[in-house]
Amino acid sequence: MTLLQELAPSLSAKLVVENVSKSFRPDGRALVHALDRATLRVDEGEFVCLVGPSGCGKSTLLNLIAGLETPDSGTLASDGERIRAPGRDRMMMFQESALFPWLDVLGNVMFSLRLKPGLTDGERSEVAHYYLKLVGLENFERAAIHELSGGMKQRVALARALAPNPRVLLMDEPFAALDALTREQLYGDLQRIWAERKKTIVFVTHNVREACCLGDRVILFSAHPGRIREEFKINLPRQRDINSVDLAEYATLIMRSLKGHLKSQATEAHE
Amino acid sequence: MKRTFTALGFFALLVAAWHFACVAKIWSPVLVPSPEKVTRYLWEIAVDGTLASAAWITLKRLLAGYIIGLVAGVPLGFLTARVQTARDTLGVLALGLQGLPSVCWVPLALLWFGQTESAMLFVVVMGTLWSVVLATETGVRNVNPLYVRAAQTMGSRGLHTWVWVILPAALPFIVSGMKQGWAFAWRSLMAAEIYVTILSGAGLGLLLHYGRELNAMEQVIGIMLVIVAIGLLADKVLFAPWENFLHRRWGTAK
Repeated sequence: MTLLQELAPSLSAKLVVENVSKSFRPDGRALVHALDRATLRVDEGEFVCLVGPSGCGKSTLLNLIAGLETPDSGTLASDGERIRAPGRDRMMMFQESALFPWLDVLGNVMFSLRLKPGLTDGERSEVAHYYLKLVGLENFERAAIHELSGGMKQRVALARALAPNPRVLLMDEPFAALDALTREQLYGDLQRIWAERKKTIVFVTHNVREACCLGDRVILFSAHPGRIREEFKINLPRQRDINSVDLAEYATLIMRSLKGHLKSQATEAHE
Repeated sequence: MKRTFTALGFFALLVAAWHFACVAKIWSPVLVPSPEKVTRYLWEIAVDGTLASAAWITLKRLLAGYIIGLVAGVPLGFLTARVQTARDTLGVLALGLQGLPSVCWVPLALLWFGQTESAMLFVVVMGTLWSVVLATETGVRNVNPLYVRAAQTMGSRGLHTWVWVILPAALPFIVSGMKQGWAFAWRSLMAAEIYVTILSGAGLGLLLHYGRELNAMEQVIGIMLVIVAIGLLADKVLFAPWENFLHRRWGTAK
């Protein structure tokens, strides 16, 4: 594979989740139905946000797509191929950056590239430089991870996830621990990079406004058991601004629906 | 620079106090030789080569045992961290034996191996091994599981994950285990050298022992100073590079 091919926008993948259930038994406690018969299709190059209260299974679904966990029943497929294990075609970003403190910034981005066969070391380092530049950290290659701010860490994590040129990017509340201003910057950057790199993105968040700002579609989950309740198409032009009035309207709509589900659940539990 | 001067000043003051105490004849000169006398002794053994050969013999024993302890200890620590059965058996054994003062190995080593280099090696290995096993175990069990998950999504598996993720992630613990192992090994070796007279070479411990037998206090104190100096040097040579690395990358205190 040549460098040009490597850096060309990748083909993005179509994800198909069919009737997937997953339960856990935390040590000595009752079975938890984290996810109950979830069915979801994500189109190529689509940006989908999963929203819902804690324990609704949105992170579980993300881990299942990543191949970090296996479903109790149902099937998951990426581009028609059954997902059984983690793969380089689906890269993941976590709430904590999960960057390796024993490596510097460049070393972290190179870690994912070193595991990708078919490239020379020179090409790998060129790819790493390219992505660090894309996230605006080309001057921090030799910095230690503990020297970076929270926002910079997530930028490095993004570069590390993008570097092997995956088809799917899975993001588990990546901006939840950041301050509002940094987050806003990252919304802009992520939309720009998404447009440029054409990835399929599945993005988990608690924050309804964030979901409306980023997603083509917002999928609403409810908890105990974790179920997909509703989905909303966000018909707003890009780049979107989190503070825009149109966006707030969508967010209000989804929030109302989310509260409705919570209330009906509470009465169900009461009866 | 200022800190170096502070340290030098402190030790100069200490030696001066020692010198004047001797001049004032507070204690018997047989029991407390003057700093000049100790320096003269050290100079003599430095010139006739006794010091270099004794220090080299001691360091060889120490390094051999230490490296064996390290090479065996790290994988055993991995094992006890990951396999429940190993933790319940080997882990408990390690915990027990680590609590055993390493000098207690000397009588056993003498009976098993006789007055040989093997006895020395055995004592040093026992001093090092258990600390390294326990520290590695703690380190591995404290590795953030997120690192492993992240590495897996990037395609890391099996041995690659162990060598390139879990081992470096556990490094802060392993280095502190290495330091403790070194301290135990150093103590146990001195004990062994004082007790075990062997013909294959006179180490620093033996010189110390002879000093006592000959009632030569300047030899006892001189060798003690050498042992202290080697301890400080080992800290600088063996551990400072690791600690600098940890400081640079993890942001831990220096």
